Amino acid sequence: MGWNLIRFSTILVYLFMFLPVAVVVLLSFNANQFGSFPITGFSFRWFVALAENEAIIRAFKTSLLLGFLTSIISTTLGVLASLALVRYKVPGGNFISTLLIAPILVPEVVLAVALLLFLNFLSFHKSFFMLLMGHVIFTLPFVVLVVQARLIGIRRDVEEAAMSLGATPVQTFFQITLPLLAPAVFAGMLFAFTISFDDITGTLFWKPGGVETVPTQIFAMLRNSISPEINALGSVMIFFTVGVPLIGAAIARRIANKQSQ
Amino acid sequence: MSIEKREARQPWILLSPALTSILLLLIVPLIFIVVYSFWLRTATGADQVGFYLENWAEVLSDAFYREILFQTLWIAFLTTVVCALMGYPAAYFIARSNGNKAVMLLLLMLPFWISYIIRTMSWINILGVSGAFNTFLISIGVIDEPIQMLYNQVTVILGLVHFLLPFMILNIYVSLEDIDINLEDAACSLGAPRWKTFLEVTLPLSLPGLAAGGLLCFVLGAGTYITPVILGGPRDAMFANLVFEAIITQLDWPMGSVLSLVLIAVLGSIVLVYNRFLGMRQLMKGLS
Repeated sequence: MGWNLIRFSTILVYLFMFLPVAVVVLLSFNANQFGSFPITGFSFRWFVALAENEAIIRAFKTSLLLGFLTSIISTTLGVLASLALVRYKVPGGNFISTLLIAPILVPEVVLAVALLLFLNFLSFHKSFFMLLMGHVIFTLPFVVLVVQARLIGIRRDVEEAAMSLGATPVQTFFQITLPLLAPAVFAGMLFAFTISFDDITGTLFWKPGGVETVPTQIFAMLRNSISPEINALGSVMIFFTVGVPLIGAAIARRIANKQSQ
Repeated sequence: MSIEKREARQPWILLSPALTSILLLLIVPLIFIVVYSFWLRTATGADQVGFYLENWAEVLSDAFYREILFQTLWIAFLTTVVCALMGYPAAYFIARSNGNKAVMLLLLMLPFWISYIIRTMSWINILGVSGAFNTFLISIGVIDEPIQMLYNQVTVILGLVHFLLPFMILNIYVSLEDIDINLEDAACSLGAPRWKTFLEVTLPLSLPGLAAGGLLCFVLGAGTYITPVILGGPRDAMFANLVFEAIITQLDWPMGSVLSLVLIAVLGSIVLVYNRFLGMRQLMKGLS
């Protein structure tokens, strides 16, 4: 009996997690003119309205560019640091690890305020640059955690074999280490991109007037009322943030499989 | 240069870009706002550089700030308790079931990938005046007019639980997986009933995971800004809302610095207490 109760409550927990999201997707296809309940029929009208909304398209482009640049910079920093921590015995390694994940331990609001005030003091005003710096520092710990976990699995002797066969360190890195690292790099980039694409608290502090990312655009639209376009945008975002990593994970697995063959 | 010396330098070359970024974009800015918190915003809108204690005195003595701080901690506490009560059975089920664990865990991770703001606002579709719940109640004839169920403390906690529950479940799951299943079997074979085995063996051994999940839920919940704005009413402001108000709306940056430092001091001391007794290792395990 006890076990059935646990099973039942687990099902309820999963329903609790997914039902609200399912309702967003359901409503985004609703033909009803207010886009709310009751469901009156199936329609793409809100997606059409979304595609014609220039503010949202602009926000989408900003978010894509920001997420892309963030993931490149943050992953570069994170992979180099992880390599050092996993491959070498660094004095004070524990302290350095803590320092690298410190941005998670600081409440996001405080991190946002500190960066805004400091960069402003240095005469860098609110700008795309400040957004990028903020997103890099905010995503770095996640990249370090993900990449480190993957790096531990890569053995050192393959590199040593290459070197002993006469490869230079640079050759070894590009021909041996980097291909072996590819899945970790890929996972880090994906993670950084998704977190950056989804971030709102820090973004609200750092974004210059007139620049919106997708989450801040949704936030601004929510202030008026919940328009059905937001549900359509929600569906698109769910596809992006769930669909893209799933496809990404499949690609990463294929790369890993190819290497092991 | 000798090979040993080069070997010793290499990790620092690899680490330097990341460490420099953390130093310049996090540590130095944090020290900077400590300095900034003693400046004063004058009526002309310029910052008066100096050593003024006015802002600190106001925040520490004014009952308004204390009330919001307590309200913030209270909301975070209730959120943590609800997450633990909902999360423990689910984590236990995943850890001990014969079903496909990978799929269940993947499903649990999915919400992490779904936009936070979308998940938060999705509750408006459920509980709003024209939301699913009201529509349902009207259609079965329980009520005639829709009820406003949103914009109160309960919906803020609901939104936070929805956001933080996966953190709790994953942390408990990790510690349940670590338990040697033989211990439970031994207790059973020695005659302990299942509930007693759970209370005296499984639950104590899973406490580190519960504590790690609890810490994450509490700290992330107490630092939240968006959820009270979207799902709370005017009286449900949390401490991060005060910070936003001071920095972005009133442009009183010295005051905003003071409020930020109070928030990080309170949450930081909770993390330190946790670290003192349990260490960060468990937390890392749950995060990666």
